[in-house]
Amino acid sequence: MPEGPNGRTFYQRVVNATPGGKSLAQCLQCGSCGGSCPSGPDMEHTPRQLFAMIMAGMEDEVLSSNTPWHCVSCYYCTVRCPQQIPITDLMYTLKQMAIARGKYRESGHVDFSSSFIGMVERFGRSFELGLATRYHLTHNPLKMVSKGSLGLQMMLKGRLSPLPESIRNMPQLTAILTEAKRIAAQQEV
Amino acid sequence: MTPPNGQYAYYPGCSLKASAGAYERSAMAVIERLGLHFVEVDDWNCCGATEYFSLNKLPAYSLVARNLAIAAAQPTHELVAPCSACYLNLRKTDDHMRLEPKLKEQVNRALAAGGLHYEPGTLHVRHLLDVIIDDVGYEAIAARVTRPLAGLRVAPYYGCLIVRPFGDNDPEYPTHMDQLLEVLGATVVDFPMKSHCCGGHMTQISEETAFELLRQILDNAAAYQTDVIVTVCPMCQLNLDAYQGNVNRRFGTAFNLPILYFTQMMGLAFGLQPEALGIGSEIVPAQAALNKIGQVPAEAPRHTPKRRDKDALPMPSRQRR
Ligand code: SF4
Ligand code: SF4
Repeated sequence: MPEGPNGRTFYQRVVNATPGGKSLAQCLQCGSCGGSCPSGPDMEHTPRQLFAMIMAGMEDEVLSSNTPWHCVSCYYCTVRCPQQIPITDLMYTLKQMAIARGKYRESGHVDFSSSFIGMVERFGRSFELGLATRYHLTHNPLKMVSKGSLGLQMMLKGRLSPLPESIRNMPQLTAILTEAKRIAAQQEV
Repeated sequence: MTPPNGQYAYYPGCSLKASAGAYERSAMAVIERLGLHFVEVDDWNCCGATEYFSLNKLPAYSLVARNLAIAAAQPTHELVAPCSACYLNLRKTDDHMRLEPKLKEQVNRALAAGGLHYEPGTLHVRHLLDVIIDDVGYEAIAARVTRPLAGLRVAPYYGCLIVRPFGDNDPEYPTHMDQLLEVLGATVVDFPMKSHCCGGHMTQISEETAFELLRQILDNAAAYQTDVIVTVCPMCQLNLDAYQGNVNRRFGTAFNLPILYFTQMMGLAFGLQPEALGIGSEIVPAQAALNKIGQVPAEAPRHTPKRRDKDALPMPSRQRR
């Protein structure tokens, strides 16, 4: 089985990085998760299959699967799992690992998340107009045409602010996030 | 439970200050009527939505924890969030810090860089709908109803995060908002898709995935002759409202369902004016539905010059001598 920096298996690293993740060992392979998932049709592997692959140590296959990226975080699987496995949070862990290893194949999700976080790290608040412009201009400029008319409607209804709003104490937030990133970088994922 | 000092710490989240301004306006109007006292968390920051947790978890938890630490300094332990995604992130961060001592220690090390600290379990994180129903109660709400929503067919749409994975209500078929809407005098339709997912951020990333989820929800509501879909979350409102036209174009459907917030429905039933509740900012207009309950249009009818009816008898324009 492929091992990580501290001699830990892929399975152990996934479990350690997920609050409540230890219960993954109790997976029954019952399939309730995949059967409940609204994104099932778009996924290469159901959550159940992905968990079997994690246990089999198939790190590359798991981290390059499109499955975590189609998870919409609806928590259906989590509340239905007979073993109380935090499936949705495991999906978050897998996304983060895929980014850290550069294994993801569909860049749209990552670009969108990065644009969103960029706004938050700069202003402390999200900024919808800035987000739409930045993400769609870098990722899919043609989309701006169709999103543009919706944006205009939203603006006319007073639902899209033309300017970002910032929190007062940005230095405090920046210090917290910088420290959190420093601690995160010291950990294995 | 209502806090002893009657005060709640209030975390609006980014949407309520932007695209979901109507939610905040109506919520504030309603809680004032109900005698609840909300104090906005000072200088709160974005909760990171689902995006930060996908990229880097420790900064994501720390981002949320800054809000918890600031809110915990208020003289109340009840923290209320109207957005389901904010509610989930605040509650999840508190819960996971309690569950994992290592996470608690690391988040607090990050917070310390900003002079803050949060002890998990200090705050009781709650969604606005739960606060209104559990702390005010159906009876006290009924006592405020002056204009019952009689004859209006409504579909209560809960979405995911208010009932899953936390919350005291059935995670698949909750009924507390159903009861609330009945108290307001509306007819609640059966709505099997009531807690299905609206697609979240997928409208931005994968329209194929998102529009199909939206189509199923709209189709289910339309099948029961619904006049209005009622939501508890700005993300659900935005997806169902703003992208309804896209869904119609893609699937050749003709859905025309206004999406309103439960606080707007409460405000109407309490006799407040539609404009005071932010009604009119929805993309799919709610006017036709409001006419059913005798609400006059928000705008004065446009002046249209009198035209002669083309079927009218020809009349001499000038009398001849
Ligand atoms: S529902 Fe739970 S126990 Fe069943 S296969 Fe999925 S993760 Fe395993
Ligand atoms: S949380 Fe993700 S994996 Fe689970 S049912 Fe929802 S979309 Fe599927």
